[in-house]
Amino acid sequence: MSILILAEHDNKTIKSATLNTIGAASQIGGDIHVLVAGANCDAVAQEAAQIAGVTKVIKADAASLEHPIAENIAPILVDLASNYSHILAPATTFGKNILPRAAALLDTQQISDIIAVESADTFKRPVYAGNAIATVKSSDAIKLITVRGTTFDAAATSGGSASVEDYSAPETTGLTTFVKAELSVSERPELTAAKIVVSGGRGVGSEENFAIIEKLADKLGAAIGASRAAVDAGYVPNDYQVGQTGKIVAPDLYIAIGISGAIQHLAGMKGSKTIVAINKDEDAPIFAIADYGLVADLFDAVPELTDKL
Amino acid sequence: MKILVPIKRVVDFNVKIHVKSDGSGIDLANVKMSINPFDEIAVEEAIRLKESGKASEIIIVTIGPEKAQEQIRSAMAMGADRGILVKTDAPIDLGGVEPLAVAKTLKALVEKEKPDLVIMGKQSIDDDSSQTGQMLAALLGWAQGTFASKLEINDGKIHVTREIDGGLETLELASPAIITTDLRLNEPRYAKLPDIMKAKKKQLDVIESSELGVDYTPRLEIITVNEPPVRKGGIKVDNVDALIDKLKNEAKVI
Repeated sequence: MSILILAEHDNKTIKSATLNTIGAASQIGGDIHVLVAGANCDAVAQEAAQIAGVTKVIKADAASLEHPIAENIAPILVDLASNYSHILAPATTFGKNILPRAAALLDTQQISDIIAVESADTFKRPVYAGNAIATVKSSDAIKLITVRGTTFDAAATSGGSASVEDYSAPETTGLTTFVKAELSVSERPELTAAKIVVSGGRGVGSEENFAIIEKLADKLGAAIGASRAAVDAGYVPNDYQVGQTGKIVAPDLYIAIGISGAIQHLAGMKGSKTIVAINKDEDAPIFAIADYGLVADLFDAVPELTDKL
Repeated sequence: MKILVPIKRVVDFNVKIHVKSDGSGIDLANVKMSINPFDEIAVEEAIRLKESGKASEIIIVTIGPEKAQEQIRSAMAMGADRGILVKTDAPIDLGGVEPLAVAKTLKALVEKEKPDLVIMGKQSIDDDSSQTGQMLAALLGWAQGTFASKLEINDGKIHVTREIDGGLETLELASPAIITTDLRLNEPRYAKLPDIMKAKKKQLDVIESSELGVDYTPRLEIITVNEPPVRKGGIKVDNVDALIDKLKNEAKVI
């Protein structure tokens, strides 16, 4: 068995979800190869070659691959597929966008967002917003899978010494062109990889008030998250959203502030090791799953917590 | 411009689902069913394109049981022009008609109806796969704009802004294209009573799935469906000092 991993990166460094995807691959077993498709992405290929467990890196370096456009990357996966029993990608917006396109071209029914490997063809995945867990067995010759990063250990970033092989990418389709990206710039840790996440909800009340969430997060070296309500209200950008349709997080400590605890939000954070809820409504559903609940006005409790830590 | 909007009949998002005790799936008996929320956003976006004079006709399509006509009528009440039900008695949530089979069915309908644009939800809230739009784009060889939070069509140029993990990304797509919708693309309207009445008279064609020649045999066998591990609630603390004490000395996370 050989497994191909589609690496997510920004042409400079590998995104951490890729390491968790490699972690899932090592549970399936077999040779692990990594595809780095990008532009001027040699540094990423070299970084991938150092990852423990990786035996080969395939580098597709072309100007047309600067941005991860599905129409351009899927054909590369299709071209390489016959050498592999499995093709894995992180279940991030990157992997979710590209992998189904490759799966359809390969006439394969993809398995989305796996949370456990039972065997080489059987996997667990959440359905109905995580309110049920399905165990599914694939009968396809090649298994295409996206991996929920928070449920697999990250592969070590050193210890490997894989060869790097150049791959000439085919001509692009020209169907889709990149126009622009507006990316959040932050010194804080990446939301899905942070050890501590501090999240705010509608209770925070405004964009300005989110400063008290930021102060607590900075005191703890935490990432900042938000409920859908807070994002819809415009307090914070979309990429802060934790939930079924936002990001799935599972930090050591999750602090939910002014978040009532809609099922949609719980689906994105209930895998956290320790959950703290601060909310003035003592009947808020979030308290039903929180390890430590504090019924208090967040505008008093959060600054006090920040001061005393 | 003709727009095709595939929708799905799913358990209403407000319903608390129950896993069947034999582990075969979810109990759907006597449960409220609705249009998948992301698909409702797709219907709304298509209607707005029609209202702004950019679209001429909106066709709703769904694959499902006889009763899925209800969801097509709901979309027509919002403002869609006509509907197609591809009828199947196979389950459409788990262990039945899978995303690849749905994409193949939609491809057959696209080739028949020749729309200029397909707008659909980015995922259905039952099986949560998030695959069908990308697969349909692949099978047709079309451009795809997934997880859209903004869609602009001017002089035949399609600009789609996508919600990605790092923020937002804007792409220009060749036409025809597939768009999949994210939450913030729009807020769907509520249908008004006169429009609900009018929708009853709109054209709704029913096709047997066998007529389209797509194999619905599942590729994924459902071994079992279980409840997730239940997370128990903990305790309430009295004040900030007690919280800090617990986090430091009991949970040892700070």
